[in-house]
Amino acid sequence: MNIIKCIAGRNNPLQPGSVCSPISMPAFPLRTLLLAGLIGFSRLAPAQPAFEINKLATPGNTPPVWVSISGFTGEAAQVLEFDLYVQGFGFTNAENAQYLISGSNNGSVQGRVMDRFNKSVLVSKAYTGAALRRQVHAFADDFVQALGRKGIAQTKIAFKVATSPAGRTSEIYVSDFDGYGAQAVTRDNMITAAPCWVPGRFMLYYDSYKLGNPAIFSHDLSTGVRKTVAWYGGSSMSPAVSPDGRKVAMILSKDGWTDLYVADADGSNPKRLTRSPEDESSPCWSPDGQWICFATRINERRMLCKVPALGGPSQRISTTGVLNPTEPDWSPDGKWIAFTAQMGGFEICVVPSQGGQVTELVAGEDPSWAPNSRTLIFSRRSTGRLSLLDVPTKQVKDVTRVSSGENSQPSWAR
Amino acid sequence: MKDDKMKLTKFGSLFAIGLTLSLVAVGCKHQPQGVTPLPGARTGPPVEAGPGTAIGPGTGPGTGSVETGPVEIKANEPGSHSGWPEDAETLKSDTVYFAYDSSVVRSGEKHKVAAVADYLKGNPSVAVRVEGNCDERGTEEYNRALGERRALAVREMLVNLGIDPSRVDTISYGKDRPVEPLHTEAAWSKNRRDDFVLLTPSK
Repeated sequence: MNIIKCIAGRNNPLQPGSVCSPISMPAFPLRTLLLAGLIGFSRLAPAQPAFEINKLATPGNTPPVWVSISGFTGEAAQVLEFDLYVQGFGFTNAENAQYLISGSNNGSVQGRVMDRFNKSVLVSKAYTGAALRRQVHAFADDFVQALGRKGIAQTKIAFKVATSPAGRTSEIYVSDFDGYGAQAVTRDNMITAAPCWVPGRFMLYYDSYKLGNPAIFSHDLSTGVRKTVAWYGGSSMSPAVSPDGRKVAMILSKDGWTDLYVADADGSNPKRLTRSPEDESSPCWSPDGQWICFATRINERRMLCKVPALGGPSQRISTTGVLNPTEPDWSPDGKWIAFTAQMGGFEICVVPSQGGQVTELVAGEDPSWAPNSRTLIFSRRSTGRLSLLDVPTKQVKDVTRVSSGENSQPSWAR
Repeated sequence: MKDDKMKLTKFGSLFAIGLTLSLVAVGCKHQPQGVTPLPGARTGPPVEAGPGTAIGPGTGPGTGSVETGPVEIKANEPGSHSGWPEDAETLKSDTVYFAYDSSVVRSGEKHKVAAVADYLKGNPSVAVRVEGNCDERGTEEYNRALGERRALAVREMLVNLGIDPSRVDTISYGKDRPVEPLHTEAAWSKNRRDDFVLLTPSK
């Protein structure tokens, strides 16, 4: 279902008819999202080229990659700058830029990128179909991917939206990564919380109090089919689906303590991974599916731990330099764990996944990695908004807010 | 907190043994009340022991005592009281308040749990839902888990006071149901709480 075609090749600028391959990004088809029903989605596109660069060697301390932009106007220019800014690009004039981006958006988007140093043309394409924003996103992705990186401009996010004061009720929403095209996924008129994507599918797991006490549901956004995954006495919380989609980690109190469990994706065969009277919370998976990282407290100290997904002893992941870590999220490249440190306020932090020295980045909570392993989405209570953070450069942009209620608990589809 | 609880429960039994001994030692004439330790239960006099009973964990004779930790009491089947009319008023004054980031029921709050236990004993057909809540200073899922721990701690205490666990449900609202909206310690201390909601069988 390729709704956007590029009709020009690098050596064949803008000559109609030379159709090249469809966009190979996660394509939640735009049409689906514009229609009321969330329908018609197939698996995400094949794997992208390996992203090997150790971009986060100095998180928060890396200069942007300088680009110049010309020819785009209005919304197209805004979208392009937004897309590039949150992936670590900075804007300057043509004399100082490494990449010269030019194009137009009369009716449809045309774009071209030249490397100013070696004069090579990295991208030269025109885009048809879909909406203007989507065409610009596709161009941004083509540019970023031409640099050997993974584009994120056509990805989706899910999040919680408070629908009454103080969050007494809340619903789950899905939107583009920049907050546009938001749609309500639930209408439970209860607390719904903690959405997480099934990797590679247009499907969510989340918590809802619809049945009275918190239970975990899966929700296929293509068909609208919702299934109960975990409904026990007490509270069933914080689902996290494994990278292969076959398992779900979650916090259950069914046996009398709030412990970490792993079950088959449909909730069957729950297996207990921790046995502690403490409150475990917020599990996440290592990208190889071997480990589940979670927040807990041992000997009076809040900390992050990891436990083999098949069971075994937990190991501490040290977070040197901060206190009370919570809400871990393991980067898709396996190298980093982002988390929230609770130290009076809330700080978005990253630590190497084996543990060690923490880098504090910005104020905020509940970080979730983009597929590129460098951009995070997080929430800020001070604004009630979600924001994007490019970790190497620490560049931040707000996501368009949905409704007047607090937006929180973002999860990035990947 | 694990340690806290272990300490407390351990302390309970140590306290009982130690208290007996020390009372004998100082020749106190009071008969200690209710010092029979139950596994996992803190019974007997409150932690603020009277004069002459400066007993801490691990002090004095009798320290080689029974190891008791928090016990696991399985949750009820979900929905086992669904449809039962709810009453959030009757036990409102028994709301239990917690210290920051803690699910330990403080000594000054225990009489409320005891009062709820007494009410349940006097009204054998009703059940209760313990609703754990947190202040806003933690992150969302952290608070959801902590709120459940708070509810479970009180449930455990009710069971230790003789209430059948099938009559006690738990739920956590995390930080989503504050009673005080302000961002002050006074408000936070009111929001870190377990509310009791009575459930009466529908007829």
